[in-house]
Amino acid sequence: MIEAVGPIKRKFAPWDDPTAKPFIRFENVTKRFGDFTAVDNLTLDIYEREFFALLGPSGCGKTTLMRMLAGFEPPTEGRILLDGKDLSGIPPYKRPVNMMFQSYALFPHMTVEGNIAFGLKQEGMDTAQINTRVAEMLELVKLGKFAKRKPHQLSGGQRQRVALARSLAKRPKVLLLDEPLGALDKKLREETQFELMDIQVELGTTFLIVTHDQEEAMTVSDRIAVMNHGVIAQIGTASEIYEQPASRYVADFVGDINLIDGTVSAVEDGVATLRCAGVDATIVAETGTGEVAVGAEAGFAIRPEKVQITLEAPPAGTPNVLSGEVWDIGYLGDISVYRVRLAGGSIVKATVANLTRIVERPITWEDKVFLTWPADAGVILLK
Amino acid sequence: MNKTTSWFNVTSLVFGFAFLYVPILILVVYSFNASKLVTVWGGFSARWYVELVHDQAIIDAAWVTIRVGILSASFATVLGTMAALVLDRYSKFHGRALFSGMVYAPLVMPEVITGLSLLLLFVAAGFDRGFWSVVIAHTTLTMCFVAVVVQSRLITFDRSLEEAALDLGCPPVKTFFLITLPLILPGVVAGWMLAFTLSLDDLVIASFNTGPGATTLPIKIYSMVRLGVTPEINAISTILISVIAVGVIVASVLSHRSEVEREKAERAVFLAG
Repeated sequence: MIEAVGPIKRKFAPWDDPTAKPFIRFENVTKRFGDFTAVDNLTLDIYEREFFALLGPSGCGKTTLMRMLAGFEPPTEGRILLDGKDLSGIPPYKRPVNMMFQSYALFPHMTVEGNIAFGLKQEGMDTAQINTRVAEMLELVKLGKFAKRKPHQLSGGQRQRVALARSLAKRPKVLLLDEPLGALDKKLREETQFELMDIQVELGTTFLIVTHDQEEAMTVSDRIAVMNHGVIAQIGTASEIYEQPASRYVADFVGDINLIDGTVSAVEDGVATLRCAGVDATIVAETGTGEVAVGAEAGFAIRPEKVQITLEAPPAGTPNVLSGEVWDIGYLGDISVYRVRLAGGSIVKATVANLTRIVERPITWEDKVFLTWPADAGVILLK
Repeated sequence: MNKTTSWFNVTSLVFGFAFLYVPILILVVYSFNASKLVTVWGGFSARWYVELVHDQAIIDAAWVTIRVGILSASFATVLGTMAALVLDRYSKFHGRALFSGMVYAPLVMPEVITGLSLLLLFVAAGFDRGFWSVVIAHTTLTMCFVAVVVQSRLITFDRSLEEAALDLGCPPVKTFFLITLPLILPGVVAGWMLAFTLSLDDLVIASFNTGPGATTLPIKIYSMVRLGVTPEINAISTILISVIAVGVIVASVLSHRSEVEREKAERAVFLAG
């Protein structure tokens, strides 16, 4: 199944196709609660069959955005379109979207079957059809044996599956997932993430997931919107967000990052030179797509795994060299994190994959080390 | 602290309970008195209960009381549940504090005042006093108790269950009957039982608002007592006490059981992690 799906997934990028029509469109949507602006003039397109993630800290407006799509909150301004149709004024029970709740919200007085059949009964589907569909859904989430149980007789993971089956039973055009895996432990969460992806591909439903867990967002989704204070800080695929963060906020929120402040001293052929007084170094980096002008204050951002750490001094004239001493070492099993203290006092992190089973590492505490990286390893951030 | 029961504790317990229940106990014991004299024990007998069954006036009064109780408790349950829902759901409407205060005011309002004001209302409105005026008066009296009981149940109700039902295509009113009501039912039933027992033993409000042909049992007993206490009164009072005790016990068991169930479910969730 995975093989059959692979090529489709790889080619799937309707957001790059100017002729593609968005399936869900948030158009200048604003939501205020009294004085508090939860969502601020936000415009966002989501395409059919996409697995889209809204990522951000709590209070960034991601859940409000989802609840507006579900119909629980009306937008203060702007409108939401689904398949070209304006959803304004349509109550939640008439929208072709279903939601999987963070608390699962399983009906405690109904069995697993009863929960899954609930939405179908509201549709007025006949009993035989309902039974077939319920059996299908139970099969999909591998809960056939638990059909007659009540929610309180299930484990957390099983409840999560019932909630998923219930929200998918009506074959919604869009499935909304509100922190769906938040209550599960790490192992089960990872397993379930891959299952979610399989189910999404199998059914071809558009999934919109809200999460504050960046790993989860990066694992499951085609595209991610990083949100902050009611606006979208960046939209892109997981690797775009990680490798090409648009701002300090995104760089800092997604993954681990070293941020070094400096002033642009020269720009030539898409390569900028940054004078970083704080660490007494000159950094050369590609400008990327942003307009970088000489004299501008800018930040240089580099992921710890892209920083090489050596004991020997690199040959003179090599760009991008910082020197310092090993301040701290964190051994995480698969990788080790070196926190290197520079002459100016600031700390730069470098990670090294532990590829061999040597207990004694060549670099240890208080060693004088050199940190280097190629010009394309980091990005320049103006915001 | 010492675990052995001190004499002080035992004495407090005995006196406390004696203070509360000795009068009732004496009444119950004397209801089985064979003697016609209320204060002289003449042996065990159930003759006053038999006589009671043959006393048409008391049977009529009992029947009125039961009908008033059932009707007013039902009306009060509907209104009280609605009030509890409003108080629970709409946390920020204008005058909420005033409204909630006013819903609970009858809890502490002197019955004489409630009874009198209702009487004035019925007179002013030209409403004939009788069976229905008592039903309405008792609805007013008991509604706030229902609201309190149901509201305590609603506090633990997970609103996302209703949202889930709406999300799955169930309109709001249907959601109330399919999801909300079944889950708050123990609270609603407990509220009904409480309202019923309150209506059953109310004398003051009923006597203000009653009219011809609507003599409730407490009114009947009171008027009988004025002609002298008979063992028959002890018998009818014993029956009344039993009915009320059963009602209160059922109400508290219901609300206690829902509490236990919730704790059990929460523990299960915790264990399932």
